[in-house]
Amino acid sequence: MTVTTAATAPLGRAEAAPPHSPPERRRPSRQWRIQERWGWLFVALPMLLFAVFVVVPAGMALVMSFTSYSVIGDSQWLGVDNYRRLFLDPYFAIALRNTAYYTLLFVPLGIVVALATALLLNRRVRVASVFRTFFYVPVVSSTVATATIWYWLLNPQFGMINVALGWFGIDGPAWLYDSKWAMPAIVIMSVWAGFGTNMMIYLGGLQGIPPQLYEAARIDGAGWWKQLRYVVMPSLSRTTFLVSTLLVIGAFQVFDQAYVLTKGGPGNSTITLVYYIYTQGFGNLEMGYASAISFVLFAIIAVFAVINARITGRDNT
Amino acid sequence: MSAQTASAGSPASLAGAAAMTGPSAGPSVEPHTKHRTPAQRVGAVAWWVAVVAVAILTVFPLLWTLITSLKPAGDILSGATDLIPKTVTLENYERVMTEVPFARYFWNSMVLAVGGVVLNLFFGSLAGYAFAKLKFRGRRALFVTLLGSLMVPGIVTMVPSFLVLRAIPFAGGNNIVGQGGVGLLNTYWAIILPGAAGAFAVFFMRQFFASIPDELGEAARIDGASEFRIFAQVYLPLAKAGAAVLAILTFQAGWNSFMWPLIVLNVQEMWTVQVGLASFVTDYATDYGPLMAGTVITSLPVLLLFVLAQRYIIEGVSHVNAR
Repeated sequence: MTVTTAATAPLGRAEAAPPHSPPERRRPSRQWRIQERWGWLFVALPMLLFAVFVVVPAGMALVMSFTSYSVIGDSQWLGVDNYRRLFLDPYFAIALRNTAYYTLLFVPLGIVVALATALLLNRRVRVASVFRTFFYVPVVSSTVATATIWYWLLNPQFGMINVALGWFGIDGPAWLYDSKWAMPAIVIMSVWAGFGTNMMIYLGGLQGIPPQLYEAARIDGAGWWKQLRYVVMPSLSRTTFLVSTLLVIGAFQVFDQAYVLTKGGPGNSTITLVYYIYTQGFGNLEMGYASAISFVLFAIIAVFAVINARITGRDNT
Repeated sequence: MSAQTASAGSPASLAGAAAMTGPSAGPSVEPHTKHRTPAQRVGAVAWWVAVVAVAILTVFPLLWTLITSLKPAGDILSGATDLIPKTVTLENYERVMTEVPFARYFWNSMVLAVGGVVLNLFFGSLAGYAFAKLKFRGRRALFVTLLGSLMVPGIVTMVPSFLVLRAIPFAGGNNIVGQGGVGLLNTYWAIILPGAAGAFAVFFMRQFFASIPDELGEAARIDGASEFRIFAQVYLPLAKAGAAVLAILTFQAGWNSFMWPLIVLNVQEMWTVQVGLASFVTDYATDYGPLMAGTVITSLPVLLLFVLAQRYIIEGVSHVNAR
């Protein structure tokens, strides 16, 4: 983004600069007016839609979060009561804990799998691109389709996963029917479904590492692990920042899998924040309260994005 | 970074990195050389084992889904691990199509996904072009707002967007102030309008137009071409590749979207395949045959699109994220 902006900026400035000869002076200013008109014409409709369906709702959400709005009946101004209520709501605490648990498992696992597969495919051989396609296939499937597929794979008796575990003499758990294993199962499924995208990002990052760095490391006697630790990882710190930020943002908004597979169960073990917002807002029609929760979620995501930027980005800013 | 992705096959950029993968960390810069040391051979075998294992993990579940969907009801659980069905049958597909209106779901999804593609391409190109190539007051402020909106989680605006749709005047039995009816809820518009001018589409197309030199437009301007002609005849044809990538990504996102259709479409005949499949899981919890058949039908369009246009999708994804 920065590159393209930098490339066009000088041109733009050159054009806006006042020309020397008087007859040409009027031309740019007229052109300016024409461009002004066309510019607004081009963005008018898209920006109207953007305003109606993004900007206005965002403002409404903030206002609603201070009211008892519930579609039917009168709504009252509650001040910060909705936010205060949150802290005493046991289900909010459960949803927060479950979401944090999901994030804690999902983000590191997602990074490791994406990086490992990217390292594996970062080869010059043509067959690597064939495998790249295979690795990417789960990303194309929808979360609902993925969920149904895994619903079948995770069947305690007949599912492929427990059958395969049985070959090694392991008695697999009941997965989605076991409050201890339901969330890990959803994590594994989500990593499977999403790692392809981050693998592609890592591949892009790996290809940007100059070969001389590896060569220098090899001359210094660095083996595979040391090259990974001291050449690859530092060079990829920007990429890791991007990947981990995307993963954290996605993890806090997990919904589809929990909705399709477990409906929050068993024993509330898979109620996530977004699932809770959904049931409060559209199930119980407590839209004011749902808005308050969604703002808390927004704040959590923002805080994590900032912390993440601090941790991963400190070397290259 | 996008340039590097595009040159994925270039030898120089990969030579060093190739040595990093797998245990063959020696000077295995040339994977194709005929004379290999034993260590390199072990490394090559280990690499093959690893990639095939991962490929099985990613592709096999889909394959097993397809296989299960072709088995008769009696064989699904008893012969769960049979990779080749004893009898191949389409009865599960018949059941899906007759017991629930899956064809209708399919049509709804198609209309919504295609509509989303057309409108996002149109509005994304218009606004993206304006932000990249036209100078007008407020351009920066608008664009920054647009970019900022990409950071706001969708769930924040979901409840109010629902209320906005419900309160559109004159729609769905509403009066002039948007009261009394259901507005645009349970119509295609409830999906199409909020998604028609996605911030992502505008941003994506802006980046694409910005990479095309300004001089082209200047030349046309001197020749007296109108601003719309400059957009439509000079720049738009050059942005075809970007538009193709955006079209594919938008179709995929539209076809696969779940939560928003679940919220705004409450009558069964308006459901999309994703919503239909999700309710199917609840209703047919242990009837894996029709469930897997429904999954295959749901996944087919995007899988086909992926097979046909995988190069665009993969490069598009790296292109977008590299920014």
